Amino acid sequence: MTIEEQLTTPVEIGNLIGRVEQFRNEGYRLVQIGCTALGDSYEINYSFDKDYGFRNIRITIKEGTEVPSISGMYWGAFIYENEMHDLFGIRVRGMNIDFKGTLFRTTIKYPFGNPVPKGEEQ
Amino acid sequence: MTRQIIIPFGPQHPVFPEPIHLDLVLEDEKVVDVIPSIGYIHRGFEKLVEKREFPDYVYIAERTCGICSFIHGMTYCQGIEQVMNIEVPERALFLRTIWSEYSRLHSHLLWLGCFADSFGFENLFMNAWRIRERILDVLEQTTGGRVIQGACKIGGVRLDIDNEKLGRMSNDLDSIREEIDVLTTIFLRDNSIKHRLKDIGVLQKADAYQMGAVGPVARASGLAIDIRKTGYAAYGKLDLEIATEHEGDSYARCVVRARELFTSIDLIKQAIRTIPDGPVDIKVTGAPDGEYFSRSEQPRGELIHYVKGNGTKFLVRARIRTPTLTNIPPLVKMLQGCELADVPVIVLSIDPCIGCAER
Repeated sequence: MTIEEQLTTPVEIGNLIGRVEQFRNEGYRLVQIGCTALGDSYEINYSFDKDYGFRNIRITIKEGTEVPSISGMYWGAFIYENEMHDLFGIRVRGMNIDFKGTLFRTTIKYPFGNPVPKGEEQ
Repeated sequence: MTRQIIIPFGPQHPVFPEPIHLDLVLEDEKVVDVIPSIGYIHRGFEKLVEKREFPDYVYIAERTCGICSFIHGMTYCQGIEQVMNIEVPERALFLRTIWSEYSRLHSHLLWLGCFADSFGFENLFMNAWRIRERILDVLEQTTGGRVIQGACKIGGVRLDIDNEKLGRMSNDLDSIREEIDVLTTIFLRDNSIKHRLKDIGVLQKADAYQMGAVGPVARASGLAIDIRKTGYAAYGKLDLEIATEHEGDSYARCVVRARELFTSIDLIKQAIRTIPDGPVDIKVTGAPDGEYFSRSEQPRGELIHYVKGNGTKFLVRARIRTPTLTNIPPLVKMLQGCELADVPVIVLSIDPCIGCAER
């Protein structure tokens, strides 16, 4: 079976925009942004691809941390960032299209995340 | 200055097989902006991974979609197999490839039918679906299921297809190819269809790349992206020619899918010719400890099943990134500047699967 090489690099949240910009300048396409809840923290994976070379960068954030949007560099990122907000309750700053919690209209608020952030209780 | 009005489009609409809502901002009849929203059929499949042991989650993964269920199950299994370093028998990889391509055939024929329906060509719709029945019959004969096949498992496949049956399938594909040839000739040469689809919903190559378009949507804009080229399952052993077009309009997306029907038939016939004998599964012990982004090419484009395990029977995370989700931003771009009457055709042209996208 063919095994695809997958490189994951941890990145500080402060360096996220710079690293994403680097990927964009090198001609990578955005493959996905995905979140994993780990106790009181979250792992967020930003995946890129160029000529079938898969690269992944990862930030790990604490509950309540605001994440900068990358939609200024990858216009389509808004779909993943809104998803991350609606399902996990991650606040994303500066999205080009902000659905304000209405992309996924779930009965339970932030069903995949931890308790609702302060100020956003219904 | 022209007055702007907002028209809600969907979630229920005659051309939508599944619910998606679009707020269309109009100036006269021209769409100047679009705000999509989904969430009507969110089922929380990814959350279920906390309640199902990882071998059982294959059944959940398969039910993500009623059209490409096999590919969902296979992609999930591939992810677990990579994490656990499981060497899947060669014959199982070929069978996975064969069933994947039958899934693509039935999905593209379903789409061609729905697309014909969206521009009012009822007879063509029925013809596409009549041929699709022959594909579904093969899936049912070989797996027992028309919609949910249940044939994939971690470590291989549950069922084998004997070589005699494979030979008959290969022969049947010759007559199916003839029927598809007649069908696609109408799609690609009929003047009224061309008139309805040409220059409608154009997505330029640069926009397609920048917005993360995948599958036939990307390939119709000139991007030769096809995850089958990474060589998963048995694709690395087969000759695959990527179908691309350059116009980026609704007609080009139709052409790409029509051409891919023939590619799928060729791939199945190649796989049947070269499939090795041997076992179709191996025993799996232990539990996954690690992570992997398993990628495959669904009929609608690149599919990802991200799995992360911690050495227990329950995964920490299973994330499914479907092609329709990533094709929504390009759809917004296609709709900007179009006429209101063209919206149904353009939305259908990305082959939206909202059940997949919402999970």
